[in-house]
Formats: sequence, structure tokens, C-alpha cells
Amino acid sequence: MAELIVISTLNGVLFGMLLFLLSSGLTVIFSMMGVLNFAHASFYMLGAFFGYQLTRWIGFWPALVLAPLLVGAVGMAVERYGLRNTHKHGHVAELLLTFGLAFAIEEIVSMIWGKSPVDYRVPAALDFPAFTVFSTNYPAYKIFMLVVSVVIFIALLVTLKRTRVGLIVQAALTHPSMVGHLGHNVGRVFMLVFGVGSALAGLAGVIAGPSLVTQSDMAAFLGPILFVVIVFGGLGSLPGAFIASLLIGLIQTFAVALNGSLASVFGPLDPSLGASPLTDIWNVTIAQIAPILPYLLLVLVLIFRPMGLLGTRES
Amino acid sequence: MHKLIVAAAAALTVLGGAASAQESIKIGYIDPLSGGGASVGEGGLKTFQYLADELNAKGGILGHKVEIVPLDNKTNPQESLVQAQKAVDAGVRYITQGNGSSVGAALEDFVTKNNSRNPGKEVLYFNYAAVDPSMTNEKCSYWHFRWDANSDIKMEALTNYMKGQPTIKKVYLINMDYSFGQSVRTAARKMLGEKRPDIQVVGDELHPMLKVTDFSPYIAKIKASGADTVVTGNWGQDFALLLKAAADAGLKVNWYTYYAGGAGGPTAIKQTGLENQVFQISEGVPNSGNKAAMDFEKDFRAKTGISVWYPRAVNEMRMFKAAAEKANSIDPVKVAAALEGMKFEVFDGGEGFIRKDDHQFFQPIYISSFGSLADKAKEPFDEENTGWGWHIVSKIDTAQTMLPTTCNMKRP
Repeated sequence: MAELIVISTLNGVLFGMLLFLLSSGLTVIFSMMGVLNFAHASFYMLGAFFGYQLTRWIGFWPALVLAPLLVGAVGMAVERYGLRNTHKHGHVAELLLTFGLAFAIEEIVSMIWGKSPVDYRVPAALDFPAFTVFSTNYPAYKIFMLVVSVVIFIALLVTLKRTRVGLIVQAALTHPSMVGHLGHNVGRVFMLVFGVGSALAGLAGVIAGPSLVTQSDMAAFLGPILFVVIVFGGLGSLPGAFIASLLIGLIQTFAVALNGSLASVFGPLDPSLGASPLTDIWNVTIAQIAPILPYLLLVLVLIFRPMGLLGTRES
Repeated sequence: MHKLIVAAAAALTVLGGAASAQESIKIGYIDPLSGGGASVGEGGLKTFQYLADELNAKGGILGHKVEIVPLDNKTNPQESLVQAQKAVDAGVRYITQGNGSSVGAALEDFVTKNNSRNPGKEVLYFNYAAVDPSMTNEKCSYWHFRWDANSDIKMEALTNYMKGQPTIKKVYLINMDYSFGQSVRTAARKMLGEKRPDIQVVGDELHPMLKVTDFSPYIAKIKASGADTVVTGNWGQDFALLLKAAADAGLKVNWYTYYAGGAGGPTAIKQTGLENQVFQISEGVPNSGNKAAMDFEKDFRAKTGISVWYPRAVNEMRMFKAAAEKANSIDPVKVAAALEGMKFEVFDGGEGFIRKDDHQFFQPIYISSFGSLADKAKEPFDEENTGWGWHIVSKIDTAQTMLPTTCNMKRP
């Protein structure tokens, strides 16, 4: 039992940190610009595919730097030529723009790289077991993912809370005209913020690509759970997203490890009742419903604490 | 100018007439070409296109060219019905599908309904891999033919082999959460219980189908259970990623599988170093020793870049041709009648036949294990450039694969 708990905790933390890496960019964009970016997971996918392609051409390490920059550039272009124009029409227009963009990116990616998974592998330098717990190996690559996530979290937090840049960015959200009068180019600030957010998603893609599966539906796959993370953590709160990512990672991993069902708690149903939808519900294990638990959590959070764990406003 | 138009029109009529005299036989290939099942779906498509080319090179079927129409169903039953209807509207009279019994059951129902509503426009469903037993039992249809051994037949053979392996003490079942995965777990529990009551089933897992990208939590659970053997019907990405996670975590157990040879599987097995510890049940392996099959394998690999993963698809297409020739017609109704009870020399040698009662094809099946190839002359084929390949460890003759059916066939 101790073995299962230790290993599940490790797996949960590893998965949680990947979620954080993904949701950090989304949170930054939302907290700074108030834009709920539906295409965020698509930037993540772009990152994975750029990473794959650049790894083939120039190797993994240069790709790790270049691919996020490229995705950031795409993000800035989207902000400059798309979002900036729709901004004056309000949030619904922005939302719809990013929504459409997500589909467009998915189609473009499958046109270029095909619909089946590409062969994106862990770099040889990190392809070894880092350590062994209870005779289970932990790949060095996963530890690398963990380290990158923690570094990003600290760097973002320090930049936003402790530097002049963070100050201007935060001020630009609440008092754009005042910041403009002080001589800052508000439009450019927004463009850079969106670029950084997209680049973070791209980074997550480059790193997660070899560990998960790089294919054209990976965005649709992880997109919904990102929204759970940021709503659960509190829209726009970076520490909130951090905690929420870890919690969701742990909940999902532990749910898989549990075999409990209503039948195991209350005993099996009377066989005379026969097979019915009730018997299915009665016998379903927590492990089987693991994938829907985060969404259940989303609904509960919205009902009982709409601002999320560490959120400050209710929208 | 006027003359030119008349000449062109005349030429077109002639060309059109020539084309319609040799109208091609369109086979709608309804399988995943995107999403989690895409890797297997694309392999299947390459196989069928190769087989169609093979037939066409020899003059097609009764002079008709065979054309494969790829239709992406995203492993989704709903989407499959849309694609099937689209195909039928475009004049397709034969559909083939294999990946996912959930999809298979939907298509079986589709052809049954379609054929009762549209007499004269019947459609046949050739199933090359959807192995849920119900499709040839309680849900059987006259318009459905299955070339793959159903899941119960495979489990019967696997457990017969496991019975003789005294090292197996604790078994863990992990399967995809849909009709096929559920039938694997039920059959495994029942048959192991009958044949080796001393074996303890220490885990029985169902996970979401083609949705899990990281299996490490499941591997942790298998490890904690102390299992020495895992039985799984997982296929495609769900097998490759399961074994990849096992490789990463260093889980060393024996694997009894249905589909270990699918894309990504062999690479993961080699990575884990599980030499001769992964077993697969199939109707053929590349190193079968059958000369004709091995020549086919060589040419197939050279042209498509993949190994022959569906000997049953070869049987399907060759039997289609044989049945059409026997009936001297490409009309689905006549072809179906000709297929019933048909005997056929299968791809890897030996005789198979389609049982009239349920339209299940019975054939010799093999259990093979994956490991290094000692004699390159006898076993020339490795998988995914690993240097390892499949060896036959047990052969089950056609007669021993025949399980009874509950099918109550409604004939037209």
C-alpha cells in the first residue's frame, strides 16, 4: 500500500506539473488581458509539432529554445492582427475568434503533419532512469519536465510581482489610458503578454510532446482540462493555477489507483434485480470514472466557490 | 469548330461507355484515420490498398477493378454511420471495417436495416478485426462476415496455453472500457477459473478507450498488485503506450496479448527487454515458414514499409474474389450466398471455412512470442527494426477453434 501511495504521489505531481506548465500561459493571458484564450491548447500543439520538426533538423536542445519563440511569434501575430481588432467589440468577439482559431490550427497541423502520431522521441541525453523507488524507475525526462515547470513558476511569479515590467503589465489591464499617458505603448504591452503566454504553451508542447503523444488531436484532448485548472485555481491567479494543477494531477492519479465502487462499500446488489443501468452504476469503480472527476470538480467549484481557490473576482 | 465538338462528344460517349462496362467495385474502408486509432487505421488502409492493387494487377474481380474508398470514422460509432451512409449514397456496395467492436456493432446494425429497407441495393459488411463475440452470436446478421477469430476463441486458445505454464500465479487484467474489452475480461476470468483455479486474478482494470496518454498510474497499480502476468486485449495506441509506460517504469512481467504486434508495440517490448515474455495470438506471423506467405511478406514490406499485420485481410479479399467468381456476379446478394460455408486455403497455410450458422470464419491460429531471431534464414523478418521478431510457440488447428454459437440467423 505504501508503495502505491508513494508512486501515485510521484506520478500525480509529475502530471500536475505538466498541467501547470500548460495552464500558466493561459493564466497569464487571462489575468493580464482578460482574454479567455480557447486556442491556448492549440499553441501547445503547435509547440509540440514545431519541437518535433526542429528536433529533426537541428536537435532537441536548440528546438527547446526556438520552438517556443516561434509559437510566441505566432501568438503575437494573432494578438496584433486578430484580437486587437476584435477587442473593441467586447469579450464575446474575442472568445469566438480564439474558438475559431483553435479549429483552424488543428486543421492546418493535420494538413502539414498528417493525422496519425509523429515519431517524436525523448532526447538520448535524458533517456535513462533517474532513480528507482520500490523497484519502479523514474525516467530522467519526467524529472526534467518537473524542474522546468518549477523554474517557470518562480520566474513568472517574480516577474509579475517583483519587477517594473510586471507592474506596468498589471497597470495596463486596469488603467490602460493612464499607463498610456505615462508613455507606455499599451498595445505593445498586450502583444508581448500574449506572445509570452503563447510561448509558454509552446514550451509545454515541446517538452510534453515526446512524453505523451504528438498528434493533431492533442489540443482537443488537453484543452478542456486546462479550463478546469484555471477555474478551479481562480481565474487569473498564478499560485491558484499551481495548486489546482497539482491537486488535479493527484486526484486523477489516485482515482486510477482506487478500486472502490458502490458495490464494494455497500455489498453487491440483489441478483434478483437483474442487469439494469443501476447495476452498471453500482459496480463502476472509482478508477473507471477517474477521467471525469476533474470536470465534476469544475461544476462543484462553480456552484460553491465561483471565484475558485485563490481567485479575487467572480468572472 | 462544330465538327470538333461533335467529335469530342462522340469520343466522350465512347469513353463513358467503356468505363461503365468495367465499373469498378468500390469497397468503403471505414476505420480511424485520425485520433487515437489512426496508427492502426492507416496500417489497415495500406494493407487493403496493396491487396486491391494485387487483385487489379491480375485483372481485378470478373474484369472489374477494385477500388478502396477510405472513410475516416475517428473510431466513433456515430461518425461511422454517417460515413457508411455517405458511402452507400455514392454507390458503395461493400464496406469493410475492423477497429473497434463498438463501431462494428453499429455497422452490423446499419447493413441489416439498410438491406431490409432497400431491396436491390444490398450492402455487405466484411469485418476483418472487430472481435466482440456478440456480433456472431446474439447480434448476428446475414449481411456480416467476420474473418478474425472472435475474442472468446482467442481467449480459449490463450488460456489453453497458459494452463501449461506453471510459473503463472497472479494475473492482472487490463482492458479498454468498451464492449470488446469487457468481453475479454469476462472470458479471461471465466476460462482461467475453469482451467487453472489456482491462479489468482489480482487486478481487473478497465480504462477509457484510446484516451489515456500516460499509463504510469496503471503500471504503478499493476506493480503494487504483485502480478507476474498481465492479460490484455489493448490495441493501437492503448497497447503501445501501456507497454511504453511499463518500459519506463521497468515493470517485468509476462504479457498475454491480442495485439502486441501493432504499431509501436514491438519497439516498446524491445525497450523493456522482455525477450520471449510477450505473447500474441493471431492467425499468422511473418516468420510462419509458409513460402507463399513469406514471399508476400517480403514484397509487402518493400512496397508499404510495414509488416503484414492483417493476414485475415488477405483472406478476406482473396475470398471475396473467389466468391464473386463462384457466383459469377459482383452483386452483394449473390456474393453473400457464395461465401456461406465456403472453404479456403488461408494465407499462412491450412484450411479455413465460413460457418453458415453465424458467418464466422474459422482458421488455424497461432500463439507467438517476441524475441531475438537466431536463424536469419528461417526467420528473416524482424519488427520495427528492433532485430526481434515473432516465433510460433503453439498452433491451434481449425477444428479446435470452433466454439458454439447462439446465432439465430435471419435469412433474406
